[in-house]
Amino acid sequence: MIGQTSPAVEVSGLNIALDLPDGSSRAIVDNVSFAIPKGEVLALIGESGSGKTTIALAMMGYSRFGATISADRIRIGDMQIDALGERALGKVRGSRVAYIAQSAAAAFNPSRTIISQVIEPLIVHGLASRKEAREKAIGLFSALALPSPETIGDRYVHQVSGGQLQRLMAAMALITDPELIILDEPTTALDVTTQVEVLKTFKQAIVASGATAIYVSHDLAVVAQVADQIVVLKDGRMVEQGKAGDLLRSPQSDYTHSLIAAARPVNRAAAPDEAEALLTVEAVHAGYGRVRDGRAAIPVISDVSLALGKGCSLGIIGESGSGKSTLARVIGGLLPASAGAIRLGGELLAPGLAGRSREQLRQIQLVFQNADTALNPMQTVRDAIARPLAFYHGIRGAAADARVAELLDVIQLQPSLAERRTSELSGGQKQRVNLARALAAEPRVLLCDEVTSALDTVVGAAILDLIDALRRQMGIATIFISHDISTVRAFCDEMLVLYSGRVVETCSKAAFSTPVHHPYTELLIDSVPALDPGWLAMLGERHAPAIADTPADEALCPFLARCPVAIAGTCDSQPPSLRETAGMRLLCHAVQPQLASEALNQ
Amino acid sequence: MNGRLAARLAAMPLSGRIGFALVLFWLVVAVAGPLTAPHPVGKFVDEEVFSPASAQHWLGSDYLGRDVLSRLMWGARYTVLLALGAAALAVATGTSIALFAAIRGGLVDEVISRAMDTLISIPSKIFALVLVAAFGSSLALLMLIAAFTYIPGNYRIARALAVNLVGMDFVQVARARGEGAIHIAWREVLPNMIHPLLADMGLRFVFIVLLLSGLSFLGLGVQPPHADLGSLVRENISGLPQGASAILSPALAIATLTVGANLLIDALKGGGEA
Repeated sequence: MIGQTSPAVEVSGLNIALDLPDGSSRAIVDNVSFAIPKGEVLALIGESGSGKTTIALAMMGYSRFGATISADRIRIGDMQIDALGERALGKVRGSRVAYIAQSAAAAFNPSRTIISQVIEPLIVHGLASRKEAREKAIGLFSALALPSPETIGDRYVHQVSGGQLQRLMAAMALITDPELIILDEPTTALDVTTQVEVLKTFKQAIVASGATAIYVSHDLAVVAQVADQIVVLKDGRMVEQGKAGDLLRSPQSDYTHSLIAAARPVNRAAAPDEAEALLTVEAVHAGYGRVRDGRAAIPVISDVSLALGKGCSLGIIGESGSGKSTLARVIGGLLPASAGAIRLGGELLAPGLAGRSREQLRQIQLVFQNADTALNPMQTVRDAIARPLAFYHGIRGAAADARVAELLDVIQLQPSLAERRTSELSGGQKQRVNLARALAAEPRVLLCDEVTSALDTVVGAAILDLIDALRRQMGIATIFISHDISTVRAFCDEMLVLYSGRVVETCSKAAFSTPVHHPYTELLIDSVPALDPGWLAMLGERHAPAIADTPADEALCPFLARCPVAIAGTCDSQPPSLRETAGMRLLCHAVQPQLASEALNQ
Repeated sequence: MNGRLAARLAAMPLSGRIGFALVLFWLVVAVAGPLTAPHPVGKFVDEEVFSPASAQHWLGSDYLGRDVLSRLMWGARYTVLLALGAAALAVATGTSIALFAAIRGGLVDEVISRAMDTLISIPSKIFALVLVAAFGSSLALLMLIAAFTYIPGNYRIARALAVNLVGMDFVQVARARGEGAIHIAWREVLPNMIHPLLADMGLRFVFIVLLLSGLSFLGLGVQPPHADLGSLVRENISGLPQGASAILSPALAIATLTVGANLLIDALKGGGEA
């Protein structure tokens, strides 16, 4: 029956049920079927809890939390996975089916060299000698565009970057020439710019190895770049299945529509123009270690200035390590600035927490990135929200209960959740409570530090909508910190781009839509995947930024080493000049912002 | 409160309920024991020494012919109340200092931690000997000595726990809100470390029982004719070859008490987690 047209991987009627302690069972995956022709990539897409990882793991005959797998058929090549015993599965895993996990940093053993782990599948399955395996690994390293492929394997996990580690993990998966590769959210933890590079090399590697692949993700735009087929999952059921292009162009189900809508944030109206400045940051420097002459031993941000109007929203964009979270901590007073001034409503704020009055602290509230750690797991939702009420406003007892219920209503949570411990909530609910706690203080400035990066697209979009609506209703000025430029540009009146702790560009919403930007901003814009299967190919070779150190001379442009338009003789000898025009300021020799204002006027 | 306790108990695994029963039993014995003991603690009631269990003496007689059951009931009071009190005191003090050090950080933390390291290096028995020699033996002094000996150990554990928690985002949020050190320690940090701390207290409790019986053996602990459970084991050690009830029953008492305490502590899971 297996003819030439028979698909390489075939799954039909897959059910996975969780055995509950009371003897009953609950279906977590319900009647899923798909087939993948040889060499194609199938994407499983859905929110967390939709069963996508569970299905992917079932392809190796593996189930978590003691769930039971039953299926009419799980076939990979000539293997009936559902008919194999544990011992036979052990031979299949890591040799004929390979798995690339979301967090390479957690999947590698930090106390062994990387190459010894990369070649392990070959050694364990007795497929090659150590020497042959090593050669093969080095070949893969260069195929995956890793720097110095001969020696990178001899490093340890902490000595390579996140994007490199993810590619090294791909090498580990590819080394046995598997028939099926399972990629479980392999780029979710990476910066946008790194993600592009990793996606590109993954795609090439999959094509080159001729393997069939399953790509698990919640990000439709990423999936669009790599997948031939897409299966949309919700609550363990298949919602929709189809060719990638067709499904993205004309989605059939409402759920797919909502996924696509969430991936394309709608532009919001800008705030009134002439709002008075509420928060100003003037030439702030901050960092870690001993402070000498206003400079910390390890500077993180230098010479950052910004102004935020009443009820306005400002977006701060940059990759990880650009200092954007540090800037939020400096504004919030958690990390005292080593030099510069921060003013709130004209009043000078002390650099550290100790010097600020309770009233000043109340007016600036931080919403931390990771709601899992930002909420005390031992407290109930009521405890978490009621504390700022009591602390800042002296509201206690029945009045506090009423206010907590009100706030829960504002953040669209059931009032009955008030008695639950925060550790019992879902990720989206936690982030809402996190937000409610900040709102309870009735701040004038809300600092949102990557509030949606740990959330699913749809849930994240809902949180952003909520923050945006609250800003309009309550006139709270917000600062959005994000690595995702597409979200920020939709929600913010003004944008500030940080690179290596320095502001390389600030621009208004109107100016942002012009094509003239700092080269780093352009790189960020171009790195956001579009919902278009041809995007990655179209991106071509134009952007191949080497991850480089900033120049030793701190007066020079920090982006110099990665800059595609750097002018030899100018950029590497003179500090970047500040170019200013209506709605835009940028630090660059090469770019003429005047062009932007002309483009606007036309 | 009673309803909540009952609910907690019902939700506990069997081991936890056994632990709770054992601890409750020993608390009752410690409080009510001396009132209900059949004989005075120091009275010689049997001609025979190390006699086996009989109708008059349920647990037999000891190496001097005294009633083991009565001595056990008195001894439980010293062990349970003295050791539990000392353990609670050691953990309360050690943890308070640890929270202070962890939240302040920097130089304060460094100075306190090095001071605690110095204290750890003092041999506990010698230290106890010196203090008892200087001030004379009293129950309050014994409790203080036992507590003081185990403060540094508890400090080390509590500080390690607290330092991890102080770095967590929710503590940063509390700091950014302007909360004082007491709120952060009491409301944010402590509830998240209570479970390992209780486990540590169970461990210290066992150590203190051993320390106190060691002191009693040297004649510096609980003064005769009274004895704690540890000294009951020590003084009847010569009955071991005969398997005398006089040594087995206090040993069993210590075992059930410490095992019970640890079972109970293990069952007091840290709230929301599975």
